[in-house]
Amino acid sequence: MTYSKNIIDNIFGGIRPTSRALGKAATTIQGWYDSGTIPQKHWADIINAAKSFDHTLNSEDFFPKQLSRLESFGYPFNKLHCLSIDDFNRPDIETLLSLGAHYLDLNIQKNPNNRVLKGKTLINLFFENSTRTEKSFELAGKRLGADVISMQIANSSVNKGETLMDTAVTLNAMNPDIIIVRHSASGAPALLSQKVSCSVINAGDGIHEHPTQALLDALTIKSAFKKISGLRVAICGDILHSRVARSNVKLLNMLGAEVRLIGPKTLLPSEAETWGVNIFNNMKDGLEDCDIIMMLRLQIERMSDALIPSKREYFHFYGLDKEKIAYTKRRTLVMHPGPMNRGVEISSEIADDEKISLIKKQVETGVAMRMGILHALSNSQDSIK
Amino acid sequence: MNITTIINARIINPEDGYDKLGSILIESGLISDFGPDVQAKGQIIDANGLICSPGLIDMRVNTGEPGKENRETISTAAKAAAAGGITSIVLMPETNPAIDDISLVDFINRKSENAPINIYAAGALTKSLDGSTLTEIGLMSEAGAVMFSNGALPIKSAQTMRRLLSYSSNFDCLISNRPIESSLSINTAAHESDFSLRLGLPSSPSVSERIIVERDIALAELTGGKLLIDLISASESLIAIKQAKLKYSNISCSVSINHLSLNEKDIGDYRTFAKLDPPLREESDRLDLLNGINDGTIDVIVSSHDPRPAGEKRLPYSQAASGAIGLETLLAAGLSLVADKQLNLMNFLATLTCNPASLLGLKSGRIKKSAPADLIIFDPNAPWVCKGKSLLSKSKNTPFDGRLMTGRNIKTICKGKLVFDSSN
Repeated sequence: MTYSKNIIDNIFGGIRPTSRALGKAATTIQGWYDSGTIPQKHWADIINAAKSFDHTLNSEDFFPKQLSRLESFGYPFNKLHCLSIDDFNRPDIETLLSLGAHYLDLNIQKNPNNRVLKGKTLINLFFENSTRTEKSFELAGKRLGADVISMQIANSSVNKGETLMDTAVTLNAMNPDIIIVRHSASGAPALLSQKVSCSVINAGDGIHEHPTQALLDALTIKSAFKKISGLRVAICGDILHSRVARSNVKLLNMLGAEVRLIGPKTLLPSEAETWGVNIFNNMKDGLEDCDIIMMLRLQIERMSDALIPSKREYFHFYGLDKEKIAYTKRRTLVMHPGPMNRGVEISSEIADDEKISLIKKQVETGVAMRMGILHALSNSQDSIK
Repeated sequence: MNITTIINARIINPEDGYDKLGSILIESGLISDFGPDVQAKGQIIDANGLICSPGLIDMRVNTGEPGKENRETISTAAKAAAAGGITSIVLMPETNPAIDDISLVDFINRKSENAPINIYAAGALTKSLDGSTLTEIGLMSEAGAVMFSNGALPIKSAQTMRRLLSYSSNFDCLISNRPIESSLSINTAAHESDFSLRLGLPSSPSVSERIIVERDIALAELTGGKLLIDLISASESLIAIKQAKLKYSNISCSVSINHLSLNEKDIGDYRTFAKLDPPLREESDRLDLLNGINDGTIDVIVSSHDPRPAGEKRLPYSQAASGAIGLETLLAAGLSLVADKQLNLMNFLATLTCNPASLLGLKSGRIKKSAPADLIIFDPNAPWVCKGKSLLSKSKNTPFDGRLMTGRNIKTICKGKLVFDSSN
């Protein structure tokens, strides 16, 4: 995936020669060398310069080669499924994040010549409503050249009483390469992955996990702060019903952030202390010195009966507004996995403030991160075959 | 600046067991100094060697306001309380409408502004006391509700109770629940015993109480919520609480003065004025409860003041309303038990002063510098006969009518002001 190293070392013979050949500052070249990628506006110059070094480059060379092994720190990425953050070790996560960062460049993302998933079939199998996850997977798949089918559960045989297993077997018979599943039952994607021969991506299962959301959140944080380790992240609100929180706690812990959970006791899992986080029941203490505040949606549809008395009281004590954000006593960025309930967990003045809200950025990053995940899974499928 | 000195007093502060003759200096409504060497200043109140202790705090008072003003209003209850030596009362939310919203807490606060004593509201645990819908505990607590209760109606569902304890612990609020297993106690009028069965009264067993005591203790352990087991009456409950208190500090319990003074025999001849909720139990239960005060297991004694007009009481026993007034007889009934050597004076006073104060988070209830000057002067040996008719409460349903009492409140000082003086 890190193609810039190849070009700089093998064609031009190092950073300084490249800098001379292109007439650019050595620090710029160093930047390309470290990031592994080269912005598209420079490609034409490089192709021209390479000619004088007797090398013929074309735009394909600026994409990671399909069959080159993906790896970080020497550990190859060879996972077939993305079901839980637990599936990945730290090098896997680094591989995924750097692939995601690669696709953050819109020029790379939208390049019509992208053929990473050419000839592959993706099935979006969403048993629960979704806007951003489903559409961003669809877009990610299409931008990588895959054929994408989105199943409309409302129109499918599931409504005629077909069980999840039968649906899985049926779909498997159509030989897809990747199935992306969202289901209201925790563990459903894991069950599915045992019955199909393709890769399965968990796009949210009940109140268990939502690993791609955690990865895109991590990538968003990394792009905003240039690091994750050492940051203090507060996850606030309905932790009990949040799969996003569960995945984020695992991932952020793995990446060295200090995670805090803030919420009323009725919305916090009773044994959450064992998750390696600090628990707070009020925003004032919890938000102190936080770099990132992740607000969660109050999932009223998952509550069997009232866990909080009213939205008014919830917003008064746990809704994020200008007054509460001041408890952090530092510059803080706000995230929300969406969809937002304005005036319940977050006020519009925060949600719409571009200076502090990363919420739109998260959606944007979502497509890039999911391209990275699809790329990585497809790559390890190919290398195993 | 208003300066008053109480001289010649036997000062008793149950919080630290202080018991000495001396004077108490009050400045601007606060205790500024006390002890044997205090110089008298300003207005003088001579205690004549009688006991001066912190004013009593009664954590369980029903009035009829709003909704049933014919039973009692906040203002008549305040007068009765001042006469009985009580300087702070907590009003139960069992009104019409129930105190289940910040605007109703505010109503109580405004109604109480000019009262002679401190009046606090207990918020309802559930909307309209329905037993299932959580109220805005956090907002009501900010508005001034000092504790939360569902009145006489127990929270039936363990899941709801768990959530209440868990949610309220965010705000460190005290949650009070009546220990009654409804399915065993519904439509009963007496304690299940040989005596009530002879009287032919529908009765409920003590285990009805014990079941919920043990359930709520278990839920308090699970959630870490602050639990007050409201009005225990049976020995079994006390055993369970004693055991739980060895391990957990968030569990407390209260008992009504009636259950310390009376037993099931007092309902003989179908005396509906002694029909109470929980029902009066056996003499052995009463003696165990007294021991519970003396050994510190029981945290709080309350009057469980529940005014009922004669019309609700003069009915066949099983149809009559339960409840008794108690604001004016609380101190006297307790002092009578002290005089009979059944209660220890210091422990008795602690359950009415510093214990409720620390459960409710009040500054009063103790004699120390810069605490509010809520004080009473009482004669622990004065004999008198309780006459229902001469009590100040709007309703006269006292079970102590005609009883000989030993000990009486003489003067009540609230926020530095003399609000009751028996010589007037």
